[in-house]
Amino acid sequence: MAQAQTTRGGLWERIERRTQHGDALFWGLTLFFALVVIGLVMAIGVVIYSDSALAREKFGWGFLFGTEWSPIDTDLAPASFGAWPAIRGTLFSAGIAVLLAAPIAVGIGIFLAELCPMRLRTLLSFMVELLAAIPSVIFGVWGVIVFVPFFTEHIATPISETFGESIPWLAGPVATGRGIIVTGCVLAIMILPTIAAITRDVLRLVPNTQREVLLAMGATRWEVIWLAVVPYSRAGIIGGIMLGLGRALGETMAATMLIGNSTRIEESLFAPGVTAASLVANELTNVNGPLHQSALVSIALVLFAITFILNLMARLLIWYVNRGAARGGR
Amino acid sequence: MSIRTSAPSNYGQRKIIDSIMRSLTIVATLIAVVPLVLIIGYVTVIGGGAMSVDFFTKTYEPPSMNDGGFSLPADPIALPTADPSLPVDPNATADPFAGIDVGGVTGAGAVDGGVAVTGDGVQKGEDLSSKAQGGVLHAIVGTLLITGLALVFSVPIGILAAVFLAEYPANTIATVVRFCTDLLSGAPSIIAGVTAYILIVVQFKEFSGVAGAIALTFLMVPTITRTTEEVLKLVPESTREAALAMGAPTWYSTFTVVIPTAISGIVTGVMLAFARGAGETAPLILTVLGSNNLSFNLLQPIAALPLITYRYTESPFPGENTQAWGSAFILMMLVLVVNIAVRLATRNRLSGR
Repeated sequence: MAQAQTTRGGLWERIERRTQHGDALFWGLTLFFALVVIGLVMAIGVVIYSDSALAREKFGWGFLFGTEWSPIDTDLAPASFGAWPAIRGTLFSAGIAVLLAAPIAVGIGIFLAELCPMRLRTLLSFMVELLAAIPSVIFGVWGVIVFVPFFTEHIATPISETFGESIPWLAGPVATGRGIIVTGCVLAIMILPTIAAITRDVLRLVPNTQREVLLAMGATRWEVIWLAVVPYSRAGIIGGIMLGLGRALGETMAATMLIGNSTRIEESLFAPGVTAASLVANELTNVNGPLHQSALVSIALVLFAITFILNLMARLLIWYVNRGAARGGR
Repeated sequence: MSIRTSAPSNYGQRKIIDSIMRSLTIVATLIAVVPLVLIIGYVTVIGGGAMSVDFFTKTYEPPSMNDGGFSLPADPIALPTADPSLPVDPNATADPFAGIDVGGVTGAGAVDGGVAVTGDGVQKGEDLSSKAQGGVLHAIVGTLLITGLALVFSVPIGILAAVFLAEYPANTIATVVRFCTDLLSGAPSIIAGVTAYILIVVQFKEFSGVAGAIALTFLMVPTITRTTEEVLKLVPESTREAALAMGAPTWYSTFTVVIPTAISGIVTGVMLAFARGAGETAPLILTVLGSNNLSFNLLQPIAALPLITYRYTESPFPGENTQAWGSAFILMMLVLVVNIAVRLATRNRLSGR
């Protein structure tokens, strides 16, 4: 050890060794925290997977399509756990949200990236981002107190009165107002900014030559956008829509407050339903035995798996677009 | 494609399509702006009306006090004193009306005074709603404590992981970490709640602020890591090289040169994470549960603003509705102020360059 040496050279050696040590330590420290981030994801995966084991072993894949969710044992029927009401409600509400939001959000992205005057662009972009930052519980309150009564009176009732007889999906009654469609509408507002922001960003990456070629040929602004710009970034836009879908599938508060939380499957989409997230939020703290808890965690596992796959695919698409833009230059 | 065949003969038609489609994108943008304005407007008008000194300095008061016609609930949770023996039974604390008999809830006084909703807006009962019942001091304290503790957990993880990503970017581990932050920020918040519930609440048989903070950590880490990595990458390579040329080792240059250069961006990320965490509700339902008492004990159920909003939105008691909207207003203001401040700060920094 260098402690016996008091010469100048020995001191330098010590400092050098210490700073080199410092770098190794620094590397180790930052690596540790980077691994913690991976650990967080693994913690979610391991906890949810192991805690859902009971239900997975008991029900197998049939769990996903079981139509009966009644967690309480009664004299008439034993408790039964089927995920289909939750999966159906999730798919329908998120599907409605994406159908409504995707065209509008792509339009917003096009406007912000291509057509908007420079001064307005910053302000409007900021407002769209603000919409994404508002806590979901506020969408829930607003939905319950303001939007649901409006929707019931002016949209749901006329539609179900007109089409309800011929299309069972739109049948009434819409008395309570809570239901899958109204949830889908509020979810659509919530995912607008996600899709719009990504669309705007990938459109900005399109090289200008792409636009100039069509302009030189005498195309109108819209033809430039529709024939040259949008096709170029199609993959990125689809990626953005998938991220929006992921957000709509997993959104908890707005769904819990708006969908009505009924595990009975009714054909009409105006009727109350339940989503995977809202079912877990409502019942997990009040479980009726370990099997009930395990079944709820299994639903969380399904939700996590779906969003995992969606995120993976969306990131790959967006990454692919960005790489193409980086290689192609501007 | 139609470009080649589009002779001047159909030029007018193309012009019309052009202006229709361009107008449609403007309409689409308005469709996004209208709900934003509506939501901010409603929350400001109704929630802002609840603001008073009492709202910030008092805690929950049970509705029976000035509504009349109700008996005081026997349940200890409704009393505005801190009770160390807070019930662990989720049924008791999850339902604020557990102690109130049903006859009282459906009593005429509550219905008449309730918030009457019409298609045009919200009309409030006159005499009751103008005065909030007590305040939400307990929830403000709870939210600050839970989110603060979550920051204590997530700031070191987020920043140091980002330093790793920025300093050792071309690395398999870095790619995996980046994917994990993407995954965490895309994962539904309820998943974080379920994980913390199983890990902490089930394990210790007690809902607690700590469990909530851990759940929020899952959601705040990706925000901090992402923004920090972005700003660290913005620090010019020449700055690092200057420090290294002076003989500083990498760790010294990172902590004394690179991070201070990027500190405003890092603070931005932390503030955004704080705003996101404070508004998260779903994980708190599963972990913190909520409480009507002022409490500083993070090892027990504790109040939080979003939980007040969630639980009291549809309460039959106008005083509790006021609490719900007031809490929503405080949360929204927090989000708006943080986002606008961040926007102004980053604009100045960029234009200063």
